[in-house]
Amino acid sequence: MSLIKCRRLSRIYNRGVEEIRPLDELDLEIEAGGFVALMGPSGSGKTTLLNLLAGIDRQTSGELEVDGLSLGDLSRNKLADWRSEHVGYVFQLYNLVPVLTAYENIELPLLLHPISAEERHRRVSAALDVVGIADRHAHYPRQLSGGQEQRVAIARAIVTEPTLLLADEPTGDLDRESATAVMELLTRLNKEQGRTIVMVTHDAKTAEYADVLLHLEKGRLIEQKEVLS
Amino acid sequence: MKRILRTLPFVLKQIVRSPIRTCLTIGGIAIAMFLFSFVESMRNGVTAATTATAEDATLVVYRENRYCPFTSNLPEFYSDRIERIEGVANVVPVQILVNNCRASLDVVTYRGIPDGDLEKVLEPGWTIDDGSATEWGRRGDAAIVGEALAVRRGLSVGDSFSAAGITVFVSGILKSEAPQDRNVAYVRLPFLQESIKRGGTGGTVTQFSVKVKDPMTLDVIASQIDEVFEHDEFPTSTRSEKAFVGQAAKDIIELVGFASWLGWGALFTVFALVANAIIIAMRDRIRDHAVLQTLGFTGGLIGMMVVIEGAILGLTGGAIGVVAAWSVTRLGRYSMTMEGLNVEISSDPIILVIGITIALALGVLAGIVPAWRVSRLEISQCFRAV
Repeated sequence: MSLIKCRRLSRIYNRGVEEIRPLDELDLEIEAGGFVALMGPSGSGKTTLLNLLAGIDRQTSGELEVDGLSLGDLSRNKLADWRSEHVGYVFQLYNLVPVLTAYENIELPLLLHPISAEERHRRVSAALDVVGIADRHAHYPRQLSGGQEQRVAIARAIVTEPTLLLADEPTGDLDRESATAVMELLTRLNKEQGRTIVMVTHDAKTAEYADVLLHLEKGRLIEQKEVLS
Repeated sequence: MKRILRTLPFVLKQIVRSPIRTCLTIGGIAIAMFLFSFVESMRNGVTAATTATAEDATLVVYRENRYCPFTSNLPEFYSDRIERIEGVANVVPVQILVNNCRASLDVVTYRGIPDGDLEKVLEPGWTIDDGSATEWGRRGDAAIVGEALAVRRGLSVGDSFSAAGITVFVSGILKSEAPQDRNVAYVRLPFLQESIKRGGTGGTVTQFSVKVKDPMTLDVIASQIDEVFEHDEFPTSTRSEKAFVGQAAKDIIELVGFASWLGWGALFTVFALVANAIIIAMRDRIRDHAVLQTLGFTGGLIGMMVVIEGAILGLTGGAIGVVAAWSVTRLGRYSMTMEGLNVEISSDPIILVIGITIALALGVLAGIVPAWRVSRLEISQCFRAV
């Protein structure tokens, strides 16, 4: 069953008189429970597509449905509520809040949910266990390595148990060893917890962890292929 | 609302975990609010000392065109002529001696009262909690000392103290609601006259304190008194006690009026400090706000968090400054004395409430514009700005 449906999806920016089309009438479907890698050269529309899927940007034209909901029809506040319920987002540069500990960073998205403090604690502890950094929960981001920061960011992204996990070059700032650990973690989340993951990457080796590889160029889907394990 | 409450600990952590920024901001606010509250206390004191009320029934008869106790000399026998005017309840001749004629925060004022007239000259509601008026009547050098003066000088019953070259024995501490009574030492008139001029002053006093039967007749009786002595060798100028204070302490009033500009400046400083702290914090946290929005925080919720941060900074700094100013005025019992008249620096708790409320309101106000701006930002704009 398709979790994501894009029909003639376009995003157009105007820079002076120049019209820039990072996405140009893109048609795409992504299955629920899939692990998709978006690849392509710079400016091909990968991050723009990821931002549209996350509801942090809006299409200029076309249709975008996630789990049967048309994102273009939602108001700014409704879209924010939808994000808090359904989307987990992992940034290339982790983007943890510096004045909060690892635990508090992971707890942050749960503050939007009407759950008790005990339930929040249970969920944060579970997320810390999943990413394997429970012993570092009281550390501030500046006291963590890049790989550990990214694990905290992933824990923050999954703590609300979102429908969709989006990752923008999650290993782009990591050494090979840390990158492997992060990718194994994402694979485990996909295989064991059934999370749908859409990941942008430039790295072919990282893309091999995905089930499906989508190649974009000039805002269009050029190639879609299944990755053989 | 529940979302706002759940995010409150996050706002507090942002404040507490930026200690340098927070301490500097709160410190600045506290100093500014201290200044504002102190000025307000002075203004309150001036208002209390100079604003006439319907219950005022006291007139002060002074020598015409004289503005200092050293130059206001009136014959003591004038009291009999004043007493004969219809509507006058009683007249008390008063000799004033101060150790400093100009404005000062620690002036000792002696008021010489004839034996048996002490109760007539005091404002209603007074008590002598420590010592007694009987002892005052027995000893020639006895003084009933106002509580504020006693606190300032650290005096208690049985002590002796000197000012203006006169040494007196403290026979009682006077508690009263009237600032003029709280800040003076009442001594016996002959003792003061003798002390001022060895051999006596020949029945000369500084002023007369006149109580009228009906407060509504205050102005009429004041005119009548001045008419009686218009052609005498020593013409008089009679005003209500509050008007007299207002006239005599004009320098203090002007000074306090000017100080009120400092108060407004202090408030502007509070606003600028909070606004500056918030704006810099917003600039530093632009990436964090983008992350919060990505996590599902709405622009409105983030804006509210910014306003709450401003309110907490304003409230904390304001409370520290206002409570410090209030404590200083409360414990110090300061009064500005000029020409023997006292304008007490008020320690009314209402100043606490007003000061803290203003600091809170300024904190909220200072946060509103940055909050509005941050709530309007798109996520992509925030990330691009980093």
